[in-house]
Amino acid sequence: MTREKIEEVLDEKGIARAITRISHEILEKNGGADTLVIIGILSRGADIAKRVAERIREIENRDIPVGLMDINLYRDDTHFKLDQPVIQRTEILFDVAGRNVILVDDVLFTGRTIRAALDQIIDFGRPKSIQLAVLIDRGHRELPIRPDFVGKNIPTAADDRVLVRLNETDGREGVFVVKEGMKKPVPEIVASKKPRRKGGKK
Amino acid sequence: MKISEFDLVIKNGLVIDPAIGFGNEADIFIKEGKIARVGKDGGSKKDSANIPPDKIIDASGKLVVPGLIDMHVHLREPGREDEETIITGCQAAAAGGFTSVCCMPNTTPTIDNQETVKFVLSRAEMADANVYVVGAITKGIKGEELAEIGDLVNAGAVAISDDGNYLQNPELMRRALEYAQMFNIPIISHAEDRFLSASGVMNESYQSTRLGLKGSPAVAEEIAVLRDIRLCAFTGGRVHIAHISTAGAVRAVRLAKAEGINVTAEVTPHHFSLTDEEIGKEFNTSLRVNPPVRTQKDVETVIEGLLDGTIDCISSDHAPHAEEEKDVEFDQAPPGLIGLETTLGLVKTKLIDRGYLSWADALSKMTINPARILKLPGGTLEIGKKADITIIDPEKKWTVRRENFRSKSKNSPFIGWKLSGRIGFTILNGRVVYRA
Amino acid sequence: MQLKSRHLLGLEGMSEEEITLILDTAESFREIIERPIKKVPTLRGITVINLFYEPSTRTRISFELAEKRLSADSISFTPATSSVKKGETLKDTVRNIEAMKIDMVVVRHSSTGVPYFLTQCIQSNVINAGDGSHEHPTQALLDMFTIRRKYGRLKDLRVVLVGDIKHSRVVRSNIWGLKAMGASVAVCGPTTLLPVEVEKFEVDVYQNMDKAIEGADVVNIMRIQLERQQAGLFPSQREYTNLFGMTRERLALLNKNYTIMHPGPMNRGVEITNEVADGDASVILEQVTNGQAVRMAVLYLLSGKKAEEE
Repeated sequence: MTREKIEEVLDEKGIARAITRISHEILEKNGGADTLVIIGILSRGADIAKRVAERIREIENRDIPVGLMDINLYRDDTHFKLDQPVIQRTEILFDVAGRNVILVDDVLFTGRTIRAALDQIIDFGRPKSIQLAVLIDRGHRELPIRPDFVGKNIPTAADDRVLVRLNETDGREGVFVVKEGMKKPVPEIVASKKPRRKGGKK
Repeated sequence: MKISEFDLVIKNGLVIDPAIGFGNEADIFIKEGKIARVGKDGGSKKDSANIPPDKIIDASGKLVVPGLIDMHVHLREPGREDEETIITGCQAAAAGGFTSVCCMPNTTPTIDNQETVKFVLSRAEMADANVYVVGAITKGIKGEELAEIGDLVNAGAVAISDDGNYLQNPELMRRALEYAQMFNIPIISHAEDRFLSASGVMNESYQSTRLGLKGSPAVAEEIAVLRDIRLCAFTGGRVHIAHISTAGAVRAVRLAKAEGINVTAEVTPHHFSLTDEEIGKEFNTSLRVNPPVRTQKDVETVIEGLLDGTIDCISSDHAPHAEEEKDVEFDQAPPGLIGLETTLGLVKTKLIDRGYLSWADALSKMTINPARILKLPGGTLEIGKKADITIIDPEKKWTVRRENFRSKSKNSPFIGWKLSGRIGFTILNGRVVYRA
Repeated sequence: MQLKSRHLLGLEGMSEEEITLILDTAESFREIIERPIKKVPTLRGITVINLFYEPSTRTRISFELAEKRLSADSISFTPATSSVKKGETLKDTVRNIEAMKIDMVVVRHSSTGVPYFLTQCIQSNVINAGDGSHEHPTQALLDMFTIRRKYGRLKDLRVVLVGDIKHSRVVRSNIWGLKAMGASVAVCGPTTLLPVEVEKFEVDVYQNMDKAIEGADVVNIMRIQLERQQAGLFPSQREYTNLFGMTRERLALLNKNYTIMHPGPMNRGVEITNEVADGDASVILEQVTNGQAVRMAVLYLLSGKKAEEE
């Protein structure tokens, strides 16, 4: 077995800087935080969403509502996948109608996850707008979707694997690219240090 | 003595005839359909060479025994020829080593009159087994008024039974027991109090509790057996308990016999081979049978009953059912399973191989005992008797396969079972009617 | 983690992990039915038939709603009489239905084992919505889901099932499920409505209601059917209510923070009084709502398991 090439493309400080910049851009574009709500896609998108909300609170000194969303029920490939995803709880405890929704995910790739998320948000109500914030944009879009706020653009090959590791979910921090690692197990040195939640995939 | 004088010679087999306590290697010589000679005198080689090989059966390593008798069979004719006919039922009998079967009267119409007895017997003339008729106790097996029992016996009935139904009215059973004594025939009792069995579809036990299926309690059988035993003692009549299945019923018969009451009993292979734990596995409707298969404890007690002679006979209760009638919900299926072709294998595998019964004891329950109970001519290999002989390949392993059944119906819960002991030849009246 | 079988025939033999997966998944679906648009596109293109040989309003509607909320195409078929009587066998009926390219079958039938029977003649996923007196797994799952939501656990809770134990499929499924989850289970009813060897379920068995419910956390009351009286299994409704009715007076025997459950439909004034049925501790309507979430979870989890996987 050949050893995968692993490259760290963003470290803990880099992630923090990216989130700070995204937070400023969001406020700038929306003229403040008045109409904002943030929805993060489970699991790591939700972690980032909370960090963005925290940063905005530091900047603007006000709380913005944060929701968490599992998009698996809106996927377009559920019936083809053998390993059925475990459904986690969606928590959107506020009204999205008329608000500017900031949708947050860790990595933007084909765009299919975002498509599912857009459909789901609209089932909760009619927002004024939906804006997309991602920590990493790695390209290879399969749908006409573009991000409004990007932490870092990383050119990748289609079979590279981009791994975002966040303390909340993984117990470590950093963004890694594993070359030609799509079908292989995640290498130990960048694996998540926390077990998935109870009932999660084994 | 020249072999060529005989029509058929069975050489070098281990001849077992429980009726006379015989168990030695011997040759059997058959002439004109009768047993002409039993002995170890095989004639000269030169003489043997002169006769066609198909007249000699080399039974080396095999058991040569009296033709088996199954005193409890449903042949379904007249009425349900789609399930079985007398011809196909007797083909199944031959494949199972049986040269004689007794057919139960719950046909359509029922065998409750002389004409139907004669019809069955005439149909049986060309069949591959001797057929003896069990007539009905009551008209239409309805349990209301006695059938013309004298007429039935005159036409050839060897016993009477309302099998499938219990004669629920005790006063009528008393009259039947009294009346039947005039003809010296037993009454075969399907012992099941139908108020207690209450349309149960399996044994009432933890298994029925677990599956939520209606249970038929052991006490339904035990009450019925006890009543018939007391009526038997009271009237001096003769009762044969069909398909005994519960520990309590076996104990009741044991005590009755000790008391000198004229009661006999039979058990089916499924009641010593299966328990109610099988039902929940696949809801196989071939396991829907009446009386139901019981618990492990019942199985053990039934086997004890076979050991100590409480149970006289092993009968198949061969009950063919059409596939479309069995391919339904478990509790909608009619009760019954086919047994003629698996009885011997189950006796060998479940009783002999496990050390419960010797071949001689097991065979007595399938030959001389039923013959004595019903006063049938066969059951032994005496010289001068009809040459009804079964040759058993005692250690032959085989798998029960649906496509191999000769019976018209296939409702066997033993399909796929691996059994030991297989029929090699069945000889009826000196004629080979089955050959493996 | 996935379910072991591609069918849900019963809870007997199901592991704690599998039941937990269903309940956890149901927790996520429970949120969907509180949304303004109570529908997700997950089972688009999946066809489900609800085959109800026995009349049922609650369970059938609950399944229908669950299917619609998952965007499955669903139809319900309620043969007026058993097809046996019409001359068509169950097997033929079901094969005909499958020839219409059905992916999943939800079946209720008065005969034990019919869901198993279906798995042997067709390729679809089969969900048991009640077979004879055998099992009613989704009812027991929703009961457990309701209990777990209130107490946060099932382990070591005392749950008493009261009433017609002998003929109840809800009881059987609850026993298997609750025991797998580590609850302490008791059954209580008149001796004539306790099946033989019921103690082999490894539950506590009572014929005295007061003793049975003493110190219980949850009392799940089964419907008593009037036919049972006609069959001589108890002498009168009045006596049944005296001996086994869940009354306000009896509530004092329960643990603090007790819960009253009933799978419905209730005979008010017979097995349960109005006060108890409508009391603060009654979760009877919550059970109905939760039933949808649990059935959505079961449909979702089984839809991921196709025939060729086995």
